[in-house]
Amino acid sequence: MGQLEIEKLSETKFVLQMGPHHPATHGVLKLYTEFEGERVLKIVPDVGYLHRGIEKLAESKTYPSAMTLTDRLDYISSMTNNIGYCLAVERLMGIEPPPRAKYIRTMVAELTRLSSHLLWLATHALDIGAMTVFLYAFREREQILELFEKICGARLTVSYPRIGGVRVDIKEKVLEEISKFTEIMLNRIDEYEGLLTENRIWISRTKGVGVVSSEEALSLGLTGPALRGSGVYYDIRKLIPYDAYSEVDFEVPLGENGDTYDRYLCRIREMKQSALIIRQCIEKMPEGEIIAEQTIDIDIPHQGKRKISAGDSLWSGFIKFVDEKAELIPPGEIYSAIEAPKGELGFYIVSDGSGRPYRMRVRAPSFVHISAIPKLCEGHLLADVIAIIGTLDIVMGEADR
Amino acid sequence: MIELIIIFIKTAVVFGVVLAHVAYTTYAERKIIGRAQARMGPMEVGPYGLLQPIADFIKIFFKEDIVPMNAEKVLFQIAPLIVLVFTMINLTVIPFDRNFILADLNIGLLFILASASVAVYGIILAGWSSNSRYSFLGGLRSASQVLSYEIALGLSLAGVVLSAGSLNLREIVIAQHNTVFGVYAIPQIIGFIVFVISAFAETNRAPFDLPEAETELVAGYLTEYSAFRYALFFLAEYVAMYIMAFLCALCFLGGWTIPKFIIDILPFLEKVPGILWFAIKVYAFIFLYIWVRATLPRYRFDQLLNIGWKVLIPAGIVNLLIVAFIKRLGL
Repeated sequence: MGQLEIEKLSETKFVLQMGPHHPATHGVLKLYTEFEGERVLKIVPDVGYLHRGIEKLAESKTYPSAMTLTDRLDYISSMTNNIGYCLAVERLMGIEPPPRAKYIRTMVAELTRLSSHLLWLATHALDIGAMTVFLYAFREREQILELFEKICGARLTVSYPRIGGVRVDIKEKVLEEISKFTEIMLNRIDEYEGLLTENRIWISRTKGVGVVSSEEALSLGLTGPALRGSGVYYDIRKLIPYDAYSEVDFEVPLGENGDTYDRYLCRIREMKQSALIIRQCIEKMPEGEIIAEQTIDIDIPHQGKRKISAGDSLWSGFIKFVDEKAELIPPGEIYSAIEAPKGELGFYIVSDGSGRPYRMRVRAPSFVHISAIPKLCEGHLLADVIAIIGTLDIVMGEADR
Repeated sequence: MIELIIIFIKTAVVFGVVLAHVAYTTYAERKIIGRAQARMGPMEVGPYGLLQPIADFIKIFFKEDIVPMNAEKVLFQIAPLIVLVFTMINLTVIPFDRNFILADLNIGLLFILASASVAVYGIILAGWSSNSRYSFLGGLRSASQVLSYEIALGLSLAGVVLSAGSLNLREIVIAQHNTVFGVYAIPQIIGFIVFVISAFAETNRAPFDLPEAETELVAGYLTEYSAFRYALFFLAEYVAMYIMAFLCALCFLGGWTIPKFIIDILPFLEKVPGILWFAIKVYAFIFLYIWVRATLPRYRFDQLLNIGWKVLIPAGIVNLLIVAFIKRLGL
């Protein structure tokens, strides 16, 4: 906001620059707000404090190595970012991961959804003042991160999926642990619900706050639970199934009123569904390869292009030099979207065949959701602004990229 | 001369004991909330973290006392003192036992309500003089919150005053002891509930901790404070909690006495010193404070005022009417 604009304000307005350092703005979101008393007159989100140029950086990396950048988009759910990216490149290359890899991916994606929703619940509840839920949710999230560590060695920025499959196979023992965890998780979700769902203060803080009708939600471009809370049936896992989602059975919870409470219920029910999906994945998981035959790993050193084909050579590192002008990836462009925990995460990739993305554009749900804040905050109070930021589930790493 | 020394010693004992309680209430709060939240609470300093309050005190005392450049310096510096002094002064009229009271005022209860209102000035001044928007909002919220809830608090206590026929806290307890139930909490249940809720709001504690709602206003009127000035506010908040707990114990739970019908059943309880009963009642109330903080979310500001004006004040009036009828009919 410019200096001029601030000077023009009349005296009855109370201008508050919330953030970028504010306990409730979930990172570095800045809100320029004008209040009359505590009622919101105007609110302008200001993003870009966490811009790291991920899209541009991807252009200088090869397809496999650009994947580590996607970890840093929505750092709470790196697994789904990886899967979204891998899926886009796979569709571009026309390869398909083997069934076991598909199931593993579906399972870890749902684990990520759980962990992301847990963090949302934790911070959302903390913003509204329920301190205990915060620590309960973090307790379970810690277990999920430990499971990730057992699966792939990393906790947060996992880079576990690969173009055409996943990096390492999951041991039977770990699968059992995950299966046990889903049982714990289902009980714990009831525990959170016991603290919040019928709590009168919680209801009075969330019901009727940040109401967005289904038409408005669609025109604002909301996706994920924020859209489903308004009762719109839009879930990419169902509509354009990827990985093993077409083979597992799950429901898509929908809200009715499109307020903060409905979005809360949507996410809570989604967590239950996620736990059930994980179970089904473990039960149905077939044996076999974890990475597709046609997968390539590209490495472009100074000497010339090298092409490593999948299978044994991935491990032993046999390198096959290819012709300078050979096309490593078929040229073309693609938009491919997945259902990330926060909404529709899309990757638009243009390939010129060089082995590096010519352009990578990320359609990040958080960025779109931030643009809905002014609409949702209309006529609400300062305390509601905090609840609305929480209910939209924003991660600035993804919005600013 | 001797009397003066005795008063001096008594004052030192009361203030010392209460301050020690405040220090260990912070410890208890962290431990209890820790247990509620599936974690340990302080464990590092001393056995089971028992020395944590002392460590905190030393740390906060040696920190730099920062006064913001654009703050109204004099007011900024005396605001915490106003809050603390007018909170601590209430301790003088609290009867801890039958014969242990610093100043046996005839208007003890009124004195507490009055000085609690003055203490709000400190908070408003702190919010205003910081010259920070969050502090300002916090100060404003606190002003309207305390003003609204003081009425409800006063109404609930008016019932007690009416039944006891005195504003002297000691006489309230004695009058209470002579009733059938021995506590006013049972016949005046509405007043008791109104009092407990108002006490939470009056001391800015969860679920009414809006003036310092950390997620909205960063830290409310405390935002710009640091070092020992921050500690003074903190101290005042906890002393205020204790004052409310004392009031609750004295006006509704029978102070240092236990109901006569219990003594009739278990006669040996009469030998237990009164200060112990008083302490148990106070600790129970403090525990309630902490328990609620661990469990409940925070109300929104308009909802808070709605509860105050539309629920608690009418309920307080109803309670007062009932008490008045009972008194008139001589029941």
